[in-house]
Amino acid sequence: MSRFCKAALLGSTLGVLLGLGLGGTALADNFPGVGRPATPAEVKAWDIDVGPDFTGLPSGSGSVSRGMDIWEAKCSACHGTFGESNSVFNPLIGGTTAEDVKSGHVATLKRTDFPARTTVMKVATVSTLYDYIRRAMPWNAPKSLSDDDVYAVLAYMLNLAEIVPDDFVLTDATIRDVQARMPNRDGMTTAHALWPGPGLPNPAAKPDTANAACMTNCKPSVQRTSHLPDHALGAHGNLAAQNRIFGPVRGQRTGPDEAATDKPNPALTLAEASGCLSCHAVDTRVVGPSYSEIAARYRGSDSADALMSKVKAGGEGVWGAVTMPPQPDLKDDQVKTLVAWILAGAPTK
Amino acid sequence: MTKLRPDGEATLRTDPLAPGADVSSGRLRRAPESFLTPEEIRQVGQGRRAFLRASFLTAAAATVAVGTRGRAAAASTAVSVGDPDILNPTPWGSSLGQPVAASPYGQPSKHERGLARRQSPGLTQVAAASVSFAPLQGLFGIITPSGLHFERHHQGWQDIDPTRHRFMIDGARPEFVKTPKVYTMDDILRLPSVSRMHFIECGANTGMEWGNVAVPTVQYTHGMLSCSEFTGVPLRTLLEDCGADLKAATYVLAEGGDGSSMTRTIPIELVLSGEVLVAYGQNGEMLRPENGYPLRLIVPGVQGVSWVKWLRRVEVGDRPYATKDEAVHYIDLMPDGQHRQYSSIQECKSVITTPSGGQTLVDKGYFTISGLAWSGRGKVKRVDVSVDGGVNWVEATLQTPVLSKCLTRFILPWNWDGKPALLQSRATDETGFVQPGYGQLRAARGSRSIYHNNAIQTWQVAENGDVSNVQIL
Ligand code: HEC
Ligand code: HEC
Repeated sequence: MSRFCKAALLGSTLGVLLGLGLGGTALADNFPGVGRPATPAEVKAWDIDVGPDFTGLPSGSGSVSRGMDIWEAKCSACHGTFGESNSVFNPLIGGTTAEDVKSGHVATLKRTDFPARTTVMKVATVSTLYDYIRRAMPWNAPKSLSDDDVYAVLAYMLNLAEIVPDDFVLTDATIRDVQARMPNRDGMTTAHALWPGPGLPNPAAKPDTANAACMTNCKPSVQRTSHLPDHALGAHGNLAAQNRIFGPVRGQRTGPDEAATDKPNPALTLAEASGCLSCHAVDTRVVGPSYSEIAARYRGSDSADALMSKVKAGGEGVWGAVTMPPQPDLKDDQVKTLVAWILAGAPTK
Repeated sequence: MTKLRPDGEATLRTDPLAPGADVSSGRLRRAPESFLTPEEIRQVGQGRRAFLRASFLTAAAATVAVGTRGRAAAASTAVSVGDPDILNPTPWGSSLGQPVAASPYGQPSKHERGLARRQSPGLTQVAAASVSFAPLQGLFGIITPSGLHFERHHQGWQDIDPTRHRFMIDGARPEFVKTPKVYTMDDILRLPSVSRMHFIECGANTGMEWGNVAVPTVQYTHGMLSCSEFTGVPLRTLLEDCGADLKAATYVLAEGGDGSSMTRTIPIELVLSGEVLVAYGQNGEMLRPENGYPLRLIVPGVQGVSWVKWLRRVEVGDRPYATKDEAVHYIDLMPDGQHRQYSSIQECKSVITTPSGGQTLVDKGYFTISGLAWSGRGKVKRVDVSVDGGVNWVEATLQTPVLSKCLTRFILPWNWDGKPALLQSRATDETGFVQPGYGQLRAARGSRSIYHNNAIQTWQVAENGDVSNVQIL
């Protein structure tokens, strides 16, 4: 390096160290010129987590009855009127009793004949629900609820679970009383060896299994307890088409060949790539109406243009309260292809 | 000479992707018994060598004679003078190939299209909160091609504009971070980086199998597992850059910038070790959008959900956060009705990928048993393989490199004698922990946990060469 270059480099480093760039902020600046202080407004906008000790909880309030309105407008389409639906996700509500509210342990979790595990059966900390609904729900429009909306809708969910009465108002103060009534509040343990740090209460000193590397005559007999039932073999499609076509093994033929001419309909591929299929299926309602329902509704009417604008702009109200998000990235001819395909009954081939 | 397979058809599958094509791949397949004339059978009795010489001459005639077995005989390339793919010009050897950059971002061969990410039907209700599994049955070595990396999204995946992506560090209380800072992607890429190879496994990998066998192939039993070289900046470097109080801090919270804004608690000890990375690179290119483009957290040894994708913020704090995915999911239900919370380490585990469930061995004779082993607590020390359901074991060879919290490939030569076999692998890591059997795991945790199933996997090989998924205690 020439003497000149060295001097120039040094000069610029000094410039930054002297605070010319950053107006005298007390930075622990190991990397001059990289990163900048966050403004208080920025931190406020993003630091939305609410901890189990309620740090980060915004002030606010919401009643059960207001919560019911929000629930029915923005949540029930996916989670069911009573939070019992499993059509989009596992049920949120159910499986807890007044006895659990007293004991702090959900009794059904011990029962092997009760496979359902709802959210309210598992969650120990009410902060978790507040934090999560505020950051992620409704699923198709996350972060769209106000803090008071979150209080209200959570109050309604707690009421559905019979943790709070009908006239309850959830606030940043009353939420602490709710914590003392959470049905599974004492249902968690950290007595295990799977946490990669020393911090949690009662960690186990050792893993809970202790196999030995025995090499010969390790057991008197081999107990086969379970095998894949024949009827389940084809449930994952044709395994022959999921393996390499040469080498030491072949996949077993468990279904029909995908004939080379059976290319999926390009509109189906486009719908998949455009994310339509996460909310729509051909025959069943997912988040939005099924494509066959849509085709049936508009059969014989001249609705293609209206539907094209609807797909591009998004909207709700025709099928229910759930909103379809706008699709600004789709080109006109793509939307045209998709709508024509849906109106034709969404054929797969 | 004996018939090699009870059912000649089984090895002579046509390309399932291109019906009608022969995929016997030029194996010089000897004519099955049923093709032989009494005279040939007599010759066999007189000695193999003499028969082989004679059969070379008569095989062509046999081909004509077999009628219904015509397909099998056509695939039998031990005809007349040799293999037509050698004797005749091949299309690829006698024509001009494609120009450079015909496919600007190169694609795998069309013959490999069977090896793709796939969903398990019925596992979840909607595809934007679901899983796709990596095709472990067809992968070599330890690196997962980026396009085959398993996916797990909670609220769909996003392709974030990198020029608008920001990464923020702040404190749960002001005293934890002297200067909360914002970094652009320009900033992050200017910082000193490291590149490291690590596995990532979803905590629910093999979760469908806790109670009983549920799925047919290793793609679905173990395919929420991938391994990449990741490039990024140690989180510790960034925390120091913000003047974080690394003595007072005991935990950090990582948060995503997508709709789910996934949040997970990470213990400060892992961050201080320098292992936790704020990564942008994956296998030499940028992260794929499905894997968190342009920024994700790398938490070696810990279940995938903590490797927060589309990372937008890290908060320094002093207690765990009990976020949705550590208070409602990724908690392990024990028989007494309690849930283990903050269970995060992926304990030592292994699986044989070749041969594995849903496959058929092409023949008797020599095979290389091959599989993957890994541990969230460090390096894999050894892998033992059993072909008799765990009565006797042989130590397998570990292919290099053997790296900490990274997949390790093991292999073992095997002569399959055509008898039923029960294949298992059992890994031991550098802490001395030995992968448990199903009996041991269920004795400790019951069978309703969903998460952290690291039991020994068994593949049953039947006499006809079919391999299937079974469980052995
Ligand atoms: C478009 C469908 C949809 C709508 C509308 C919706 N949700 Fe959800 N919700 C989901 C899905 C899907 C998940 C699971 C997300 C995941 O896998 O992380 C979920 C998860 C949840 C959970 C966490 C449950 C658990 O066990 O993890 C809560 C709580 C919740 N939703 C509350 C609400 C509330 C309150 C509303 C209305 C404000 C709402 N949801 C609206 C689809 C929806
Ligand atoms: C996040 C979920 C979601 C996605 C993604 C989505 N939709 Fe929808 N879609 C809906 C919902 C909800 C409705 C019902 C809206 C209403 O009630 O007005 C709907 C309605 C429709 C309708 C009927 C509109 C009407 O007014 O009757 C069409 C057509 C449609 N969607 C097409 C598409 C196409 C094409 C795509 C992909 C480009 C797509 N959707 C993506 C949720 C979605």
